[in-house]
Amino acid sequence: MANWYRFSSPQTFYPLAGQMVPWFAGAAVILALVGLYIGFFVAPTDAQQGESYRIIFIHVPASWMSMFIYLVMAGWAAIGLAFNTRLSHMMAAALAPTGALFAFLSLWTGALWGKPTWGTYWVWDARLTSELVLLFLYVGYMALHAAIDDTRRADKACAVLALVGVVNIPIIYFSVQWWNTLHQGASVSVTRAPSMAAVMFAGMLVMVFAFWAYSIAVALARVRAIILERERHAGWVHDLKGAAA
Amino acid sequence: MTWGSAAEFFAMGGYAPYVWGSYVVTALCLIVEPLVVRARRRAALAQLAALEGAARRTANEAAA
Repeated sequence: MANWYRFSSPQTFYPLAGQMVPWFAGAAVILALVGLYIGFFVAPTDAQQGESYRIIFIHVPASWMSMFIYLVMAGWAAIGLAFNTRLSHMMAAALAPTGALFAFLSLWTGALWGKPTWGTYWVWDARLTSELVLLFLYVGYMALHAAIDDTRRADKACAVLALVGVVNIPIIYFSVQWWNTLHQGASVSVTRAPSMAAVMFAGMLVMVFAFWAYSIAVALARVRAIILERERHAGWVHDLKGAAA
Repeated sequence: MTWGSAAEFFAMGGYAPYVWGSYVVTALCLIVEPLVVRARRRAALAQLAALEGAARRTANEAAA
């Protein structure tokens, strides 16, 4: 078996991440182009919503990513707390801004979709409110990290915050079942066939993979910058800089 | 093909501000974020160079 612990050292992970970034970035661009082509040129006009439904191709992927990134971030935070691995905390910190971005995009595209379909940009509905709380959790995580000067203490405090905030994820996910919301129920579920046309679903799925690849690429690029910032007094960083900068 | 003309495509059946408002802002965010990350990396590298410069000066002074 491969020695996975080897990759928990920033020194080993830094060049590995650097090799992976262009692949995921390239995949993100290609998948996005395919997804947009399906979304705008293959998928037909919706019978009820007309063309406004085309927002789905970014709204649903952005919303899913905002929740998924939070779970991954909390997972890294938990590993960091349990094993005291620096790289895990760096990964968590690298994911937070991207998660916040997707939470914002979920709310933004949702507002622009809500206006033509519900007649309002915003409503204090359980789904929308819990997604707003998710955005605040990301922002709170980043603000807390910036507020504590000692990086290792900041890591631990933020890891606890990230873990406590996980409670919000099932609330977002099940909000449309638990409460009477203006937001519609899930169109896609693991247990039954999606309640949307196959081609619309395909376009959406391709965009999900595009956002996924994007998130991996940008998080790996950011963790490399974080490694350079935090390991600036380590000898290996200076050895590497001359060759790879 | 859904669209008869380019104008029809951009009109989005009357929903242009909502559809393009969503897509343009999303595209801008996903273009700007990697640029912000690149700026952060460059700042980190500049800081490293400054640290090395300072270390070299100290070493030179010690030698002199």
